[in-house]
Amino acid sequence: MRFLETFFNTQVIANYLPDLIDAMGVTLGLAVTTIIAGVLGGALLACLRVAGIRWVNFFIIVFANMMRALPPLVLILILYFGMPSLGINLSGWMVIYLVLSAVLIAFAEEIFWGGLTAVPAGQWEAGRATGLSRAQTLFYIAFPQAARMGIPPLVNRTLATTKLTALGSVIGVKEILSVSSSAQSFSGSATPLTMAAIAYLVIFVPAVIASHRIERHYQYAT
Amino acid sequence: MDAFLNTFFNFEIMAQALPLLLKGAFMTLKLCSVVILCGLIGGLGLALAALSPNKLLKWVSVVWIDFFRAFPPLVLLVFVYSGLPFAGIKMSPFMAVVVAFFLNNSAYFAEVFRAGIKSIPRGQSEAARATGLSTAQAMFHVILPQAVRNVLPDLLSNTVEVVKLTSLASVVSLSELLYSANMARSVTYNASPLVLAAGLYLLVLWPLVRVTSRYQRGLAVN
Repeated sequence: MRFLETFFNTQVIANYLPDLIDAMGVTLGLAVTTIIAGVLGGALLACLRVAGIRWVNFFIIVFANMMRALPPLVLILILYFGMPSLGINLSGWMVIYLVLSAVLIAFAEEIFWGGLTAVPAGQWEAGRATGLSRAQTLFYIAFPQAARMGIPPLVNRTLATTKLTALGSVIGVKEILSVSSSAQSFSGSATPLTMAAIAYLVIFVPAVIASHRIERHYQYAT
Repeated sequence: MDAFLNTFFNFEIMAQALPLLLKGAFMTLKLCSVVILCGLIGGLGLALAALSPNKLLKWVSVVWIDFFRAFPPLVLLVFVYSGLPFAGIKMSPFMAVVVAFFLNNSAYFAEVFRAGIKSIPRGQSEAARATGLSTAQAMFHVILPQAVRNVLPDLLSNTVEVVKLTSLASVVSLSELLYSANMARSVTYNASPLVLAAGLYLLVLWPLVRVTSRYQRGLAVN
């Protein structure tokens, strides 16, 4: 009984439910904008890399390796605490959005690029032979195949990146974790943390199950 | 430009902060070795359970894996560190990090091991059983060595993720690399220690990231 009162106190739930629902909106909004920027940006960089301009590729590779090797929290703290000294004040939301997008762009670029290198050379030659330009061959023939191959790892990576929105709590973004953490210290009850856990499960369990489906679907398709 | 260098690459401050950061890096190393080891062992156990003929065991471990994959690791950490004390379970920051990341990582490693084991044709285990090996012997001497070799790139990139994840320990004030760097930042009012920490992370993780992308490409071409 004491367990229920500590972790599922109905009074506390009623008090903080509206705030938590707002926070779920913030988390979802952050996740969706990050996914859009990350996937589009990654696709763009991978296609740009096909052009084979040496110094451009150098920057893309350095960027992709760096964003994949650095812990996102390090980047978040550097931007959040460093930029104001240069007179650039970024909101916590903006910092999280920029960092998570950059991370997802880097991973998506590597995934799409991996797919593009796996498209057999004959596909390119056939496209060119039918009179398509290089750009047309890329967009109509090579990229669709690369994207298809990249879908399973991309879905996994997207999930992993959107889960990082919880890092917003470190720099005061009003997403699920920070709202429930402060509710926990105000109310002196563990219930808000349980609510946060349930909120994340509501968002991510369907996503994980969907990712299994997608994985299975595309595994046999290629 | 001067302001930029002064904010992010102030070598004087970096030199002052270096001893503190190295101490933190040592803690990160300690944390990594414990967390990676626990994650690998737990993940293997979970994967074997998920593939076992026992229906109940299989069902429980599959749900367990998806459940902890759906949780953002930071939420898990905050729950273990500040939620469980309400239930009378109080842990040191180090212990809390180990427990939270064990739950998270073992689920991820389990997925990798499971994919690896499933990639081995049935004939292998049938042949092993036919030569007189027990089921356990067939698993450990025949299936697993091949399975691990097949998923080595995924194991490696998962390990990189775990190392990056340990930076979250700074949130529960465990004095690892990022926590020490942020400490130095708040004392010096300068972001250079954070950049130095980023440099230390890159030093270790950049080569690993490069190896993983080479692996990915190698597999794609086959």
